[in-house]
Amino acid sequence: MSLSPTDVERIAHLARLQLSEAELASYSVQLQAIVTFVDQLQAVDTVGVEPMVHAIELSNVLAADEVREGLSRDLALSNSPDHDDECFRVPAVLG
Amino acid sequence: MEWQFASAAEISRQLSSKQVSATEIAKYFLSRISKHNQAFNIFVHVDEELVLKQAAEIDARRARGESELGALAGVPVAIKDLLCTTDMPTTCGSRFCEKYISPYDGTVIAKMRAAGMPWMGKTNLDEFAMGGSTETSIFGAGRNPWDAQRTTGGSSGGSAACLAAGLSPLAIGTDTGGSIRQPAAFCGVSGFKPTYGRVSRYGVVAFASSLDQVGPMAHTVEDLALAMDVISGHDPLDSTSLPYAKPGYTTSLSQAPQRFRVGVVREQIESDGLNAEVKQAILKTLDVLKECGADVREVSLPHSKYWVPAYYVIAPCEASSNLSRFDGAHFGFRAEPLEGKKSKSPLVEMYSSTRAQGFGAEVKRRIMLGTYALSSGYYDAYYLKALQVRRLIRQDFDRAFEDVDILVGPTTPNTAFKIGEKVDDPVQMYLEDLYTVGANLAGLPALSVPCGRSQVGLPIGVQFQGRPLDDALVLQIGHRYQQAIGWRPTPAPLS
Repeated sequence: MSLSPTDVERIAHLARLQLSEAELASYSVQLQAIVTFVDQLQAVDTVGVEPMVHAIELSNVLAADEVREGLSRDLALSNSPDHDDECFRVPAVLG
Repeated sequence: MEWQFASAAEISRQLSSKQVSATEIAKYFLSRISKHNQAFNIFVHVDEELVLKQAAEIDARRARGESELGALAGVPVAIKDLLCTTDMPTTCGSRFCEKYISPYDGTVIAKMRAAGMPWMGKTNLDEFAMGGSTETSIFGAGRNPWDAQRTTGGSSGGSAACLAAGLSPLAIGTDTGGSIRQPAAFCGVSGFKPTYGRVSRYGVVAFASSLDQVGPMAHTVEDLALAMDVISGHDPLDSTSLPYAKPGYTTSLSQAPQRFRVGVVREQIESDGLNAEVKQAILKTLDVLKECGADVREVSLPHSKYWVPAYYVIAPCEASSNLSRFDGAHFGFRAEPLEGKKSKSPLVEMYSSTRAQGFGAEVKRRIMLGTYALSSGYYDAYYLKALQVRRLIRQDFDRAFEDVDILVGPTTPNTAFKIGEKVDDPVQMYLEDLYTVGANLAGLPALSVPCGRSQVGLPIGVQFQGRPLDDALVLQIGHRYQQAIGWRPTPAPLS
């Protein structure tokens, strides 16, 4: 499939990545090369093949419903770029 | 005494017979690090005080005559900077995590701590383990102790290079598409990717969760078995961890079967891309294995040409999802807002500029590739398709393992490439994973050990792959091979 710079701009927005004009140009070329490379997969007949999501398929892994010690709030906040000792602080959602 | 290429098993024997103390061993390797680390950019964090404190504790416990000290108590270990440690930073080689100190230890770290293994430090890697050359790290490219102009391979390049340079007797790496085995091959050391789920991923910064696996790197297969005895086993904190009893890797190491069936993958040994010197070294290895009781036959993995394309859909999809947690709100880097800039959503603006500045080029490329493949209208064509091909790839292995017990072949198509040679050509870089990604997609145990050197002296690695859960057998056969060739590590020239 072909990828236009507009597609790359849309993808970058979905991924929350601001790109410069130069990056947009170089990523368009590189991502196109990778997409062309992985397009080989389209040649494989996969009719009726069950997708394999994990290397070793386990199911129904359950844990006992018990209260256990978790991360304390202080520790959870300790690596945050901005907090008020109770919550993470972020810029306004709407400008 | 020179310890730089002593095996962990040898150091362990000398420690338990009190011929040497853990403090002397730690001091010895610290002095090697201060002499050679800078030229090769191997460790990104070393804390002398911490390692000496850990070593002194083991010495004190041994002096008190404690009987429950494990085999590796006092044997230093180097840790890939992707594993969470409470007493050292965990940078992932990224600007994003430059100052990150984990509030908890990962399970592998906790197990090694309990086993009394002092930390030599954290090793260099490709940013978030995404790469095959240890060139995308914010700390700069790692250099290969066999030729400083060449890459160490990656992403566990620092962990491989610290062994080759004699800076630590053991190291821990992670392997998502070959990141333990390829640098092991490039640096002339042994590295093991266990069956998916044998080793807990709790506290390992996630790249592609269905493929990531932690494993040991060492001078010998015996040392890999010693390390596996410490780090493996079921962990309730990782729901993909296998709920099976762990075999005694070291106690069973000498129990390789008298006769075993070895498969050589036709599509690999006959491929045009395989370097002639690498091929010769593999053929020689097969001759040695025949003398060890191997019945060698050819097998076919018809979908092997789709390994790399399937991998470069699945791994970026999982990465784009895993790395969404790096948002500038909870931990790590946050970009400063631009002066006077009006925005519809300052929050979204913060996310986007933080991620743009926090991630390097390769990480952004993979996030975008995964975002594309998972986006509406492309999900079936790419992600679902790749998962179906993954099933066919696994079925190829299952069929091959009906006729053989182990697959033997090259770890990499070539020896170590030059720094800068492939960094601008992602597809060429991805093809470095040609022989290694199959084991990740199928979840198999896979080992790389040195099997010779090229004319210019660069190491060559041979890969042994087994059925899922046959980890012990893979190590047994690798060990028998090293015994048959009388394996001793050769010092790298360090130039």
